[in-house]
Amino acid sequence: MNMHTQPQRTQAETALIDAFGDRLSLLPGDGAVMLKRDDAIEAIKHGLPTRRIESWHYTDLRRLLNAVPDFDPAAMAKAVAPIVDGSAVVSILNGKSDAKVPAVEGVAFQPLSEKLIDGSIAPGLDPYGSDDAIGALNTAFVADGYFVDIADGTELEKPIELQNLQAGGQTHVRLPVRIGAGAKAVIVERQTGDGAALVSSVSQLVLGEGAEVTWLIVQEQPETATHLAQFKAHIGKNAKLTLFVMNAGGKLVRQEIMVRTTGEGADFKLRGINLLAGDTHTDVTMVLDHAVPHTTSTEVIRNVVTGKARGAFQGRINVHQYAQKTNAKMACNTLLLSDDGEFSTKPELEIFADDVICGHGATVTEIDHDHLFYLMARGVDEKTARGLLVKAFVAEVIEELDDEAIVEALEARLDGWFVAHG
Amino acid sequence: MLEIRNLHARIVDDGTEIIRGLSLTVKAGEVAAIMGPNGSGKSTLSYILAGREDYEVTEGDILYNGQSILEMDPAERATSGIFLAFQYPMEIPGVATMEFLKVAMNEQRKARGEEPLKIPEFLKRVKEAAASLSMDMAMLKRPLNVGFSGGEKKRAEILQMKLLEPKLCVLDETDSGLDIDALKIVSDGVNALRAPDRAFLVITHYQRLLEHIVPDSVHVLYKGQVIKSGDKSLALDLEANGYAGVIGEAA
Repeated sequence: MNMHTQPQRTQAETALIDAFGDRLSLLPGDGAVMLKRDDAIEAIKHGLPTRRIESWHYTDLRRLLNAVPDFDPAAMAKAVAPIVDGSAVVSILNGKSDAKVPAVEGVAFQPLSEKLIDGSIAPGLDPYGSDDAIGALNTAFVADGYFVDIADGTELEKPIELQNLQAGGQTHVRLPVRIGAGAKAVIVERQTGDGAALVSSVSQLVLGEGAEVTWLIVQEQPETATHLAQFKAHIGKNAKLTLFVMNAGGKLVRQEIMVRTTGEGADFKLRGINLLAGDTHTDVTMVLDHAVPHTTSTEVIRNVVTGKARGAFQGRINVHQYAQKTNAKMACNTLLLSDDGEFSTKPELEIFADDVICGHGATVTEIDHDHLFYLMARGVDEKTARGLLVKAFVAEVIEELDDEAIVEALEARLDGWFVAHG
Repeated sequence: MLEIRNLHARIVDDGTEIIRGLSLTVKAGEVAAIMGPNGSGKSTLSYILAGREDYEVTEGDILYNGQSILEMDPAERATSGIFLAFQYPMEIPGVATMEFLKVAMNEQRKARGEEPLKIPEFLKRVKEAAASLSMDMAMLKRPLNVGFSGGEKKRAEILQMKLLEPKLCVLDETDSGLDIDALKIVSDGVNALRAPDRAFLVITHYQRLLEHIVPDSVHVLYKGQVIKSGDKSLALDLEANGYAGVIGEAA
């Protein structure tokens, strides 16, 4: 008998384990997939991570996930207009791939349920290390999503918008994406809905040689939803990935980012905006592996904290022993607009190579009074002037994206948030 | 138009009194020059007129068109027609210059009960004003004052003044950091705005600016008080003989 008795299960843990038993017969997958599911639910049976687990220090999932909604087969989510006009829209409605898929030359969309049934996705379901609660939750329950394949050399003129839309209950989706050599694409990952849902969503990218991708995660869940997400990517030789993350909603949000440079000349840019309001908790946790020589990365995170919102950014950069000439820079800046809000930043650099440039910086500030005075001295009232300055603080990161249609679309999302929370 | 009565003001943070019994009257249509040595309170006076919170008025009053402005915040003062051209205009990253100009113009229009400007009309006004100051429109696509040279910032201040059409213009050392050509452009910009219903308070160290913007009155500020007033010949006298004589007279 095991002397280390488990603490009593929380309501949420019990609900997840029970739900797995109930759902099992409905979950697609061949033998290999079902084995991965069994392993995953075993991990959950050992308990959700607490703050004693280092990578969950700022987000005690066991304490914060205090209720899990039942699956709701009657929930109906509807596709929404894309943030960039003319995008090819692919929707997942309450966890299920939509039958309607647009025709985009050089791009194939396959419902993930098919790849679960034939087992071809099984190797991708393995967890990321031993504390991968989101990976385990998703592997246990994932029923659908899309496998997206962008053929070598495809240059998309318009963005693809992958919509994961919920209307309550639980949804667990996965988006594996292969980006062929030399392909160029802008992909929007839209995470929204109107229910008090539990959402888990895992995006997995592989970028071929010389591919260039801008991936925009726009998360605008309602303040009742729990959103647990992962973004994983392998960046090949001379490939460039720009990941933009905008968190502008959700009650309990954790966005994990696991990126690995796998070929020389690979470049990764992370740009993140966390707009935090109300009584909410948002965590962005990144682990970046510079695994080969001559790869580069920059990470810039800007946070606006209002109300009683709490946020955290953990940024870990591992420079492997052979990854000489790595150049990595990370910055996390927070505008704290309320006495009751808080934001924690934990940068970590683990460097095993000796010829690298790595740096990080973090600041927490209030609105600059000189700037405020200047705007007011031109007749802009205090509320409007504050709004302009707060927007400016985050808009700087958006403007760097350098694509007018995308910048406009994201600034419109930003304006929407300020109208609702300003 | 402007009447400052026995004004006393101090820095909020440390209580240092900077303005010590300053009185000054400026009529509509008048260009009044404020001169004085470093530390006499010239810039402080400009900030107090604009309503900066770092200063606290402890005695006296500032009347603008007969009304006290002491209880008005900077935005209310600006929409009522007071404009401060900053000595050191702030760089504000992330705020697009054009967007800022549009918001400021429309906020002022709103305060006067006017409709917001239509975009083509707004663009037309900005283009005309920029051309008159030899400013490149490309500059206005940048964030507010970011990466502008000293001279460009001063021109941008005058551009804003032109567009906002204030009634009381306070120019705080607008000549500092300008070369001769820029000084001429900026001065021409100011002179073009001179009007019977508009007054200017031109704060400067040097007579040089006053050759281009010829004042109706000159006031010497020293230790937070106006110690001598005169016409433009006073500025020439100061240029030739320095402040020592005037200060000696007053003491």
